[in-house]
Amino acid sequence: MNKVVHLHPMDDFKARSKAVLDNAGQRKNFRGAMDFLQTKRRAQFPDQEELQGLRELGSSIRRYSLAHLPRLLEQLEANLTANGVQVHWAQNGPEANAIALKIAQRVHAKRIIKGKSMVSEEVGFNHFMEAAGIEAFESDMGEYIVQLAGEAPSHIIMPAIHKTKQEIAQLFADEVPGVTYTEDVDALIQIGRRVLRRKFAEADIGLSGVNFMVAETGTLCLVENEGNGRMCTTVPKVHIAITGIEKVVEKLEHVPPLLSLLSRSATGQAVTTYVNMISGPRQPDEKDGPQEVHLILLDNGRTQAYADDELRATLQCIRCGACMNHCPVYARIGGHAYGTTYPGPIGSIISPHMLGLDTTYPLAFASTLCGACSEVCPVKIPITDILVRLRNEAQARPETEEATLRGSGAARTLVASTVWGMWSQVYSKSGLYKLASWFMSRGRALSPSEQGAWTRSRTPLVPAPKRLRDLMKDHKS
Amino acid sequence: MNPYGLTDRSYPSKPTDVYLFATCLIDQFTPQAGLDTVKLLEREGIRVHYPVQQTCCGQPAHSSGYPDEARSVALAQLNLFIEPWPVVVPSGSCGGMMRTHYPHLFADDPELHAKAMALAERIYELSEFLVHVVNFNHEDIGEACTIALHTSCHARRQMGVHETSAALLDSLDKVQVKEQARIEECCGFGGTFALLYPDISEAIATDKVASIKNTGASCVVSADCGCLLNISGRAAKQDELSGCKQPSLPGEHLASFLWRRTNGGAA
Repeated sequence: MNKVVHLHPMDDFKARSKAVLDNAGQRKNFRGAMDFLQTKRRAQFPDQEELQGLRELGSSIRRYSLAHLPRLLEQLEANLTANGVQVHWAQNGPEANAIALKIAQRVHAKRIIKGKSMVSEEVGFNHFMEAAGIEAFESDMGEYIVQLAGEAPSHIIMPAIHKTKQEIAQLFADEVPGVTYTEDVDALIQIGRRVLRRKFAEADIGLSGVNFMVAETGTLCLVENEGNGRMCTTVPKVHIAITGIEKVVEKLEHVPPLLSLLSRSATGQAVTTYVNMISGPRQPDEKDGPQEVHLILLDNGRTQAYADDELRATLQCIRCGACMNHCPVYARIGGHAYGTTYPGPIGSIISPHMLGLDTTYPLAFASTLCGACSEVCPVKIPITDILVRLRNEAQARPETEEATLRGSGAARTLVASTVWGMWSQVYSKSGLYKLASWFMSRGRALSPSEQGAWTRSRTPLVPAPKRLRDLMKDHKS
Repeated sequence: MNPYGLTDRSYPSKPTDVYLFATCLIDQFTPQAGLDTVKLLEREGIRVHYPVQQTCCGQPAHSSGYPDEARSVALAQLNLFIEPWPVVVPSGSCGGMMRTHYPHLFADDPELHAKAMALAERIYELSEFLVHVVNFNHEDIGEACTIALHTSCHARRQMGVHETSAALLDSLDKVQVKEQARIEECCGFGGTFALLYPDISEAIATDKVASIKNTGASCVVSADCGCLLNISGRAAKQDELSGCKQPSLPGEHLASFLWRRTNGGAA
């Protein structure tokens, strides 16, 4: 688990960002990857009207699902149970891990093979299992690479996007027994496949995430491109799925529009190579499939977002990653700098609910509010508006009505609130403003040449000799 | 309805009177852009009213997470535009604040909310107004030149007017507009973002300057002063460090550029 736990979150975030900004190679990787993904997505949506219509549909499906969340979760549990899936509820990460461990111990599991699951990253699943003496092995190629390197994913869809071909070649040569250095991508993929094949056969449990859960049928929908998801959910005798409570939709017919939005927004594919619809364990007349299927439903702060009319929209997310692919900040600093499981714009608005605003508030400010994220979001989450709301919360006076989130008010400082209070006084009283701006103009020669952060990278701001209001006095229409 | 609850825009015919909300940046740093806005509008036979009590739209506080402070500044602007005339704003960012965030800021007070909604419906970004209401059409009398256009993110995404600045420049015969790579990407300013995260802001601004210079453009034109101060300020700093005496990428507000190209040398 890659958790923000330090005392000075602002300094930590800045230091991590700076390290990437100073690394020309990494910056080139991210820029190139983001350009590639943007181009792929754009090619999937040639028709603006179709895109906007589909976004509206996707958004309304997700908003409807959240508006009926308690009922849909009960319906989901009932139908999954009827299908033979065992449903478990976890309030936080440790509870989720404990549930999985209990299952693993009951079936005497030694090895868990994992499909890609960001929720398993969120709860720190791998470290927890390893501490309990159980191997948790990543089977998604990108996740396999970051696990081999002892790192965390830097992107929710493309976990190893921060790595170059050369770095992966070196990693394989160093870490995989019997492998010699090669930069041939096909050869590298084959090396990974050979390792993974054996792991699938040996695993006692397969762990996967879930993209959508269908309440009316009790179905778990899982999309992927490598076939490892299908292997994880069918080969081992026990399948454990883990996901957040917000992933439920009511009807099967709600899934296709969301799938279309997801794959086109995420990787620029019309459809993913695999679409798995999982409706329960092996039936008596069937020859394959797991004997047990479990679903762990995780809250971990999601209900805090759910409880707030404005912040609830955060839970509409279908985890496509388009917001990070289009974010000018993410493109410069990459995913690890954020220090949270979910990076980029969506990470900045979801992490405060999981980790508290007191440790994650720097992320709410780490945006120019350019709106590129909101523009591409396939389910129309108003990300920039939510970022502003979190800035308000982070600086709210403690113990007031406004302070409604865990960690509210943590970013409030006397200096900043005094400065903004004075600013507000000057700009809300035209007499004061006239006086202040008059002094700025008249004293322009005294404008400092050092203007803090501004002049580190730009020439100083110097007021004009005459303000517009002065020019207008002389202007004859 | 757009996401902010405002009706989709249908444009009025050319009015006899408009208000100018000139923004605090223009008032203090680039007042000529404000004056040129007035001249552009007056040439069309429109009377321009400039309420001198105006200060700032309140956006700096709003986007910095100080809603009460922003509300008090916004409130001071709310009562300045009494007549039902259009309010022209030579900035997509400040216009976006007034058009999309004012209603939200006053959501809890029915009377002020109604006022904010009524004002929001009358807010027009300058290039949008010149294209859709004025039908700007004037002869380009300047020398042939090659420029680049940067449209602010708020003009593009909040106001939804990314095409109008380009259309105005396109109407000038001797102006060649070169399109920079990643034209829709932010310049890295973001108000207080530039001060909170100077390293990230610098990286984005540096890339923006490079992509514009790569087109061979001699200057960058924008309808937003904030972006201009950031982009040309970054370029000027690079010039300073490299000992370049001539500004390698000067910036000019769209209003000043349009007026300079079409006014026949008259004041």
